[in-house]
Amino acid sequence: MTGVNLDPAKNILTRIEMSEKQTNGKIKAAYLIPLLQDIQESYGYLPREVLEYVSNFSGIALSRIFGVITFYEQFYLEPQGKHTIKCCRGTACHVKNGQKISDTISEVLKVNEGETTDDGVFTFETVACLGTCFLAPVMMIDDEYFGNLTSNEISKIIKRYKEGGTR
Amino acid sequence: MSTVNIRINGLDFQAEAGENILKYTKDHEIPIPHLCFDQRLTPGGACRMCIVQIEGRPGVHTACTMNATEGLSIITENDEIRRLRKSTLELILSEHKTNCTSCDKEGACQLQDYAYEYGAAEDKFPSIVTKNSADNYTEGGIAISYDVEKCIRCMRCVKICAEVQQCEALTFMGRSGEAIVSTPFSMLLTDSSCEMCGQCLDTCPTGALYDKEAAGKGRVRKLKLTRTTCLYCGVGCQLDLNVNPQTGKLVKVTSEAGVIPNDGNTCVKGRFGFDFIHRDERLTTPLIREGDGFREASWDEAIELVAKKFSEIKKESGSDSLAGLSSAKSGNEDNYIMQKFIRSIVGTNNVDHCARLCHASTVTGLVRAFGSGAMTNSINEFSNTPVIFVIGSNTSECHPVMGIKIRKAVAEGKTTLIVADPRKISLTDTAHFHLQHKPGSDVALINAIMYTIIDEHLSDESFIRERTENYDSFREAVLKCPPEFAEKVTGVKAEDIRKVARAYAGAESASIVYSMGITQHTTGTDNVLSLANLAMLTGNVGKAFSGVNPLRGQNNVQGACDMGALPNVYPGYQNVAMPEIHAKFEKAWKTELSDKVGLTVVEIMDKARSKEVRGLYVVGENPVLSDPDSNEVLQGLKNLDFLVVQDLFLTETAELAHVVLPACSFAERDGTFTNTERRIQRYRRAVDPVGNSKPDWEIICSIANKMGASWAYFDVSEIMDEIALVTPIYGGINYRRIDDVGLQWPCVDNEHEGTAVLHKGKFTRGLGKFHAVNFMPQKELPDGDYPFILSTGRMLQHWHTGTMTRKSKVLDQIVPKSYLEINASDAGRLGIVTGEEISVSSRRGYICVDAKISERMAEGVVFLTFHFKESPANVLTIAALDPLAKIPEFKACAVKIAKL
Repeated sequence: MTGVNLDPAKNILTRIEMSEKQTNGKIKAAYLIPLLQDIQESYGYLPREVLEYVSNFSGIALSRIFGVITFYEQFYLEPQGKHTIKCCRGTACHVKNGQKISDTISEVLKVNEGETTDDGVFTFETVACLGTCFLAPVMMIDDEYFGNLTSNEISKIIKRYKEGGTR
Repeated sequence: MSTVNIRINGLDFQAEAGENILKYTKDHEIPIPHLCFDQRLTPGGACRMCIVQIEGRPGVHTACTMNATEGLSIITENDEIRRLRKSTLELILSEHKTNCTSCDKEGACQLQDYAYEYGAAEDKFPSIVTKNSADNYTEGGIAISYDVEKCIRCMRCVKICAEVQQCEALTFMGRSGEAIVSTPFSMLLTDSSCEMCGQCLDTCPTGALYDKEAAGKGRVRKLKLTRTTCLYCGVGCQLDLNVNPQTGKLVKVTSEAGVIPNDGNTCVKGRFGFDFIHRDERLTTPLIREGDGFREASWDEAIELVAKKFSEIKKESGSDSLAGLSSAKSGNEDNYIMQKFIRSIVGTNNVDHCARLCHASTVTGLVRAFGSGAMTNSINEFSNTPVIFVIGSNTSECHPVMGIKIRKAVAEGKTTLIVADPRKISLTDTAHFHLQHKPGSDVALINAIMYTIIDEHLSDESFIRERTENYDSFREAVLKCPPEFAEKVTGVKAEDIRKVARAYAGAESASIVYSMGITQHTTGTDNVLSLANLAMLTGNVGKAFSGVNPLRGQNNVQGACDMGALPNVYPGYQNVAMPEIHAKFEKAWKTELSDKVGLTVVEIMDKARSKEVRGLYVVGENPVLSDPDSNEVLQGLKNLDFLVVQDLFLTETAELAHVVLPACSFAERDGTFTNTERRIQRYRRAVDPVGNSKPDWEIICSIANKMGASWAYFDVSEIMDEIALVTPIYGGINYRRIDDVGLQWPCVDNEHEGTAVLHKGKFTRGLGKFHAVNFMPQKELPDGDYPFILSTGRMLQHWHTGTMTRKSKVLDQIVPKSYLEINASDAGRLGIVTGEEISVSSRRGYICVDAKISERMAEGVVFLTFHFKESPANVLTIAALDPLAKIPEFKACAVKIAKL
């Protein structure tokens, strides 16, 4: 395994308040989700070495941590791209040929849904609905919406992000 | 607890308020189907099979999540409930691959039974069976197999691992229809926090989890179960040996929830440690030495030779030139017969056994303080004890089922756990306090705890006044040891000592648990006396959830001591030197007896070297590996004119014998073991004896009769009847009474119900006696030449000299060889890495062994187990003895470590 810097995780763990701890100093299991969110915020994903350290430090079993992570879509065990592209597959997008948008993103990035490009720039996901049906078909890159898409536009947008630009 | 009236199917019942309804109906044999319920687990209501109707409330409700309340009235089955259960089953079957034709569980599978009972169709719904994949956590692993295609996601395995075993090795990976059971990152169980107890195998309601070694060796429904007592540690778990009647072989080991004392739980040894029964290396016929080797002999010839030789030596050099080593692995009846043989036929009190090497100082110390050397309280109390102080006991590895009780109580917030141990043993992971004191500094540590208790007025004055004596001289000694002094000797911060003292003394009741870390020192008796002082100082003796609790190591070390396999006492700790006792046994055994206290284990070996002991009879022990300073032991044994060894295998000791006698294993005969909480429990014959092997007591009787006795025991229960006659504490024990559940001694007559807590109201000796104990350093301190302290002990997966456990496929796969545990900075200084073979030497010898860098070790201290003959730890240990108990200092000697 490559060496992951544990310092950010250590920082997060030492900042945990007493009220989240048990009488023997171990961390309460109920605090696990906010803790994982903080760690993912810091690392971009949840590296196994960090999780093993967290388990040892907190007294929360690695199995429990793993169970929670695999239960929720929000947690990632693999490094994510610098940008996350979320393509909507809700009803409105579907009837506006959203599938074509999704296929095009896949083609341009050369990855399947749920994967990250080899250069680590993009992670591609589909989501049930982005809640912006008036923009259908729609995708998001990070916090930005791209609505009324045509498949032609997609490669241009992706190229812009790849060159370090944004919208 | 109050009683409430409930109605079930129109019939009136009384239950305790809050009692679980499904458990209640199970106990009253009212059938309610269930798949996810196990009485050891928190009910989850997941499988929906136990649905019932409640009168006056709409819908259906799960019985497993329902508690008894006044007036509750339920219907457990009608057409509507049947219809719902049927479709629930059909949904479950859609995710279960029903290949019953080749399943080991066929005919003993709850799911299959219910499908039949409710007429559920396998194919009512489309199959959504998750396929087995390469990242299955058991793929390529040992002992346990998980077939995801048969899994119904009841969660019993995940929950038993978390709630009962406290290992949390298992979890659900993913969610909804795609959830499968897994370890974190699908790692192998042996890489996870799993302890391989196999509780998950036992609780699985289908064939999804199964014992790899048992697969294909007999369908579960055809296996014959025999209830027996585990052969490993002193907890005395009740096991069911599952034997295939067609092959006559043991297929697997299970246990039943609810049994005393283990509630259906086992450890890895109890689950997987019995391959030795059927191993080809078992001795099947007597052997007689011929030159450098052995020849096979008949029983008649072997018995004749032993009787002749013993008689000759007795005639030439007197009875005291003979000695016997009995066995804490054999039953009470065998030990009784052995000591009776040595005392009444050979005519000497030279009989001892390995209790000398483990708890001799317990017996010496606790008899002096309390009047009885046994565990004061009972195992089940540890589920509810407010404070548990574990010192010198690696409970979760050496008494694992006891360990899980403690871990569970801590996890449930019922117990504050204090651990004092030179190593960061696994119990320290959950402990509230860990005092990592230096080996051999126990007295200073305990005295400083008591100093704080006295100093801060936390002692129980009325208990001291009414129940004890000799307080003042004790107090004087303790006041010489303030925590600041102890800090220098023990390496533990004074403030931590004070905190622990407050926690222990402040509890409503507190229990002390200890084991070899306390006893195996030249100051062993002092250590034990100090713990007795601590308990009396705070009034923590003679009531539930308290006491001084030595955990006995061997399955029957308590019983072997009770039976008088000790040089100074007859059965029931009746002193051989007391004239009236002596006369009683001369009358009972109709013979003359010696009133001279006999030799202890280490003394027997010494006298063998000096030729004062010429003949030795060893039953089921392996002193070459188990006794300290092996080279001296070897020399003693080689010096003997006649050595008889009775065992299952040709052990390192048996190889030196003149006659080797093949004994039956515990699975091939009947008898009783007494566990650490003084409970006398049955073990039972489950398979036929291997070859011509015989039970120990039968062999000893044959020799006795050849030497002039006329002992005729029809079976083993008659021996127990004789034991009851001469042993007051066993007075009420007979096979009928202990058939179902064992009784705890003292049990003085047939009406007596046994004793869970000793010293209630009055100590066995009358008043509890305080002893002034001053700190003394260990015998051999580290110095420039030998700078490390070596401590020795056991590990979870192996047992003693490895004669049995190393013949188990699973146990050998988990830990195939020995290793020396060493702290990272020590290893770094010596340039040693994990896995590197190194040499370890003491003033007595040297061995080679792999190094293992371990966070559990403190600097300057190294640890080695004595299970492995390739790296025999006892070549290094010192035969320095506790002056009173004659127990050797296994826990501390000086060694040096070098790269090869």
